Amino acid sequence: MSSSTEWPLWEVFVRSRRGLSHTHAGSLHAPDAEMALRNARDLYTRRSEGVSIWVVPSAQVTASSPDEKDSFFEPAGDKPYRHPTFYEIPEGVKHL
Amino acid sequence: MAAVTADQTAQAGADRPEGADGALEAAFDAAVAADERIEPRDWMPDAYRASLVRQMAQHAHSEIIGMQPEANWISRAPSLRRKAILMAKVQDEAGHGLYLYSAAETLGTGREELLDKLHAGRQRYSSIFNYPTLTWADVGAIGWLVDGAAITNQVPLCRCSYGPYARAMVRICKEESFHQRQGYELLLTLSKGTPAQHEMAQDAVNRWWWPSLMMFGPPDDASAHSAQSMTWKIKRHSNDELRQRFVDICVPQAEALGLTLPDPDLRWNEERGQHDFGAIDWKEFQEVLKGNGPCNEQRLTQRRRAHEEGAWVRDAAVAYAEKHTATHTAARNGEATA
Amino acid sequence: MTATLALGDDALVLSHRLGEWAGHAPVLEEEVALANIALDLLGQARLLLSMAGDEDELAYLREERAFRNVQLVEQPNGDFAHTITRQLYFSAYQRPLYEQLASGGSAFAGLAAKAVKEVAYHQDHAEHWTLRLGDGTDESHDRMQRGVDALWRFTGELFEPVEGLEIDWRSLRSDWLESVSAVLDRATLTLPAGPQSGAWTAGAGRQGIHTEPFGRMIAEMQHLHRSHPGASW
Repeated sequence: MSSSTEWPLWEVFVRSRRGLSHTHAGSLHAPDAEMALRNARDLYTRRSEGVSIWVVPSAQVTASSPDEKDSFFEPAGDKPYRHPTFYEIPEGVKHL
Repeated sequence: MAAVTADQTAQAGADRPEGADGALEAAFDAAVAADERIEPRDWMPDAYRASLVRQMAQHAHSEIIGMQPEANWISRAPSLRRKAILMAKVQDEAGHGLYLYSAAETLGTGREELLDKLHAGRQRYSSIFNYPTLTWADVGAIGWLVDGAAITNQVPLCRCSYGPYARAMVRICKEESFHQRQGYELLLTLSKGTPAQHEMAQDAVNRWWWPSLMMFGPPDDASAHSAQSMTWKIKRHSNDELRQRFVDICVPQAEALGLTLPDPDLRWNEERGQHDFGAIDWKEFQEVLKGNGPCNEQRLTQRRRAHEEGAWVRDAAVAYAEKHTATHTAARNGEATA
Repeated sequence: MTATLALGDDALVLSHRLGEWAGHAPVLEEEVALANIALDLLGQARLLLSMAGDEDELAYLREERAFRNVQLVEQPNGDFAHTITRQLYFSAYQRPLYEQLASGGSAFAGLAAKAVKEVAYHQDHAEHWTLRLGDGTDESHDRMQRGVDALWRFTGELFEPVEGLEIDWRSLRSDWLESVSAVLDRATLTLPAGPQSGAWTAGAGRQGIHTEPFGRMIAEMQHLHRSHPGASW
């Protein structure tokens, strides 16, 4: 008589300390958002790893596909002028 | 450890015309060879996927079955300090099981399915947990030897080619180091304690030493999955290599404990720069693996019972969520169409 | 001393009972949650017992009649609903108790200020589960109502004044009743109407009168420590 419905999966994001962004910590199962937050607190911050938590239903995450990797990310590779190191500045010029 | 996308990846693979797989496989092989990480949505050979699910599931099962022999002593821990440490350790094992099930779920296999397979005896867990914890010193021996062997096995997995598994292992290894140290400290206290405590410690080491060496798996020439796993960089070192490393680490640690290792053939080999050690009883290993260990039946029965007796709790939470939470509805709908 | 032991033993005994869940919880996430609560309580117990003497001597070498915990915390785990009810009743008591202690000037003020944050989480956990079990399925509702009814007669003792604790017991009782009835109501459960104490047992645990399962619990807890007199661990 196993459970008929598995609890949905949630992605957990933890802010490790004030001033930093939330980063993905992992996932867990929970019946609803309130419990997901609590489970995340118990599982992912029991060694003081966090000061704030987000949980998101995994099914609600839209992810880019590896098939689109080339068209998504390669075009950015040939635009070095977006980076400060692209530009030559005479020696001795400061604060640039 | 996002489990968002694995199904789509599998389908994408299946929809592709013949021949395209060759190019994908070449790209996969190149990525692995270049020590890049494979992520859930990347194309991967079916056998790689199957091998990973099998290994991650077995690893997760080991964590949660592994709670039992130690939980056996929580209620009898002989000091409040030790009681707190042991509770925290057993809790970590549940946590590690959760990290690993999450990692396995990134490949599209749900936890419920994996648990069902465990409960039905169709997936394995580490044989070591089929040995009983007879005395308090066993808690120490498990920490020192069993967790020590596990760490020796697991540290290389932090560089495993599959990203979610590697990330879970980084977290686990960080947390495991406390497990090993508390075990060592526990044994040291016993070894330096009363004669009865010393004897208890020695007895535990005598019983746990050989099963710990078996944790590295069969010898390289008899290991079914080793070669392929090495090529895929799921595994980085051979069973025998890791076993030797573990023996070499343990010998001086045992000396510092004032305890002996139960192997008359154990001695330093100057030529090899390593220790020689006695023959492992692989018949015992095979027997325990087959289900004939001292606790196989007991461990699975307890696990099944906890799961079955918990069904009404899990169902209640789902029923409540369906009545009360809009987010939950969104989550379930999303899941159905993903 | 009486007060320190009362608070310390409550925490120690409940922590021990929660520790018995390890490996048996209804879902893995709850293994982690129950252990967290048990560890918080054990931490409180160790601080408190150390205020009264040597923590291990007090935990392992006292006889049953010397323990000062309320009978509620020593009740066996039963099913998950029973455990959640015990936690609900106890945390709804411990929270306002520690709040009062934290704002008072006694030796407990510092410890209570820290513990009250832990207890707030325990109460939150118990309330969330009370709602889910009470208002979940028919089966979970029945089980939860059984737990609520069965443990009710151990709640009267919570409000018997303890020597050495400067507590407004009347307001503690009304705080308790208010939060417990509110959550039971939301959980579609019925607040029991029966007496909150057995015929002659009001305040019994605090006087060292315990229920039968407690003797077996501490026999198990103490046996190893007592088997090696004077040993260190």
